[in-house]
Amino acid sequence: MAYSDKVIDHYNHPRNVGSLPKEDPNVGTGLVGAPECGDVMKLQMKINPETQVIEEAKFKTFGCGSAIASSSLATEWVKGKTVEEALAIKNTDIVRELSLPPVKIHCSVLAEDAIKAAIGDWKRKKGDTTPAAQTTTTHG
Amino acid sequence: MAINLPIYMDNHATTPVDPRVLEAMLPFFGEKFGNAASRNHSFGWSAEEAVENARAQIARLVNANPKEIIFTSGATESNNLAIKGVAEMYREKGNHIITQVIEHKAVLDTCKRLEKYGFEVNYLPVEKDGRINLDDLRRAITPKTILISIMYANNEIGVINPIAEIGKIAKEKGVFFHVDGVQAAGKVPVDVQKDNIDLLSLSGHKIYGPKGVGALYVRRRNPRVQVSAIIDGGGHERGMRSGTLNVPGIVGMGKACEVCQNEMAEEGERLRRLRERLKEGIFAKLDEVYINGSMVHRLPHNLNVSFAFVEGESLLMGINDVAVSSGSACTSATLEPSYVLKALGVGEDLAHTSIRFGLGRFNTQEEVDYVTDRVVETVNRLRELSPLYEMAKEGIDLSKMNWRPA
Repeated sequence: MAYSDKVIDHYNHPRNVGSLPKEDPNVGTGLVGAPECGDVMKLQMKINPETQVIEEAKFKTFGCGSAIASSSLATEWVKGKTVEEALAIKNTDIVRELSLPPVKIHCSVLAEDAIKAAIGDWKRKKGDTTPAAQTTTTHG
Repeated sequence: MAINLPIYMDNHATTPVDPRVLEAMLPFFGEKFGNAASRNHSFGWSAEEAVENARAQIARLVNANPKEIIFTSGATESNNLAIKGVAEMYREKGNHIITQVIEHKAVLDTCKRLEKYGFEVNYLPVEKDGRINLDDLRRAITPKTILISIMYANNEIGVINPIAEIGKIAKEKGVFFHVDGVQAAGKVPVDVQKDNIDLLSLSGHKIYGPKGVGALYVRRRNPRVQVSAIIDGGGHERGMRSGTLNVPGIVGMGKACEVCQNEMAEEGERLRRLRERLKEGIFAKLDEVYINGSMVHRLPHNLNVSFAFVEGESLLMGINDVAVSSGSACTSATLEPSYVLKALGVGEDLAHTSIRFGLGRFNTQEEVDYVTDRVVETVNRLRELSPLYEMAKEGIDLSKMNWRPA
């Protein structure tokens, strides 16, 4: 399968690889996927409780090149955004940006799930129990 | 010695045509273009002579009589002809077939089709090492059993089955024994007499011959085996396979068999040393690496390894100047991880991380060293990126996690 130039670029030069302290009350951690399915994404964000701005984002991903690229792109996109803005990122935006073929759409779904899971975790730490967003229904 | 990139190390998928094979074939695309079935002129005679010469070369490789070799379009057709041909011919005798779960799809899907037509098929499981259990086989045989179809060596893990023992059991029970010999013939000694093989599928392009040509060995005596044709027409190949013979392909396959036979011992030893060098190089520099299948009963040129915490397709992407293949779902047409590894009891998590290395005649030690370095470097890089590797290093039991699949 031929990869798009953007996927190759993110694969070769992944942005924001790493981990943030998951015990930090301002850090939200999203861990989605499963090893049996061949992809697991861990997305972490450090969020300013005053401004709700995502000041830092880090990821680690086990998965194919498209999964790595989707999560790398997600960290780039959420950085500097408010929580609300980050929640508005759709998997289809990722598909478009990376020119993912149909068989790789689930990678973008996973990245969107990871963003929502990380923000949900941060909200739980803040004592907010409302769900971060509705669960996507396009799961592959 | 300079290395030419990309490096081809996927010789279970196909092999390059040996220059000696190509040279033997060329005249049959040119001045020797005759139809081997033309009985009345020299064009036909020279084509027929070349075909008969190739038939003898192939027969010699597996210790058969040339009259027992039927040419086909490839091993998929050979497997179809062997299984469907026996099923139809001996239907009155019984409707039961025994095979195993890690056969090639050309065998499995042929058996599945026969099930639709009223045949019963036992798919024997394999042990952790990738071989069938002979007691399972003995127990599966019934008075209705007409055929046992077990591959010589598996195309993913290179594991070699106890073929001589299976042949002995089949003979004792009066059941025909078909062997998919595609990966083994030409690489390790295959002897239809010693192993009591009644039908043997062979392929040209896995042994440095051309694509589009294969053969089926069909035993003529002790016992005589008959197969119903699946392609009807002019009655070529003693009525078992109609269709004008692919003369250049057949000549190439014959020559490929001759070269393999002459060089097998030396080549097998050389490839075994290279394979061990590759394996040791990887194991010396990486932890959490697992071999899939027996290392004892294995083709000398195969290595199948799982690199835990690194997804196979992403590894292939990182070593993009090296051609190997993966059991990861992402690289398969079905989006399922390898059914072969699953049958061995390899967890799906590890199946996604597997890489198959298939060494071949034209690989060098320098290439093996280059591939080792590239694999080690890429696995290390991807593990730095892997949340699973991080969690495992923190002592978290990944099997106890509550995962959220997409």
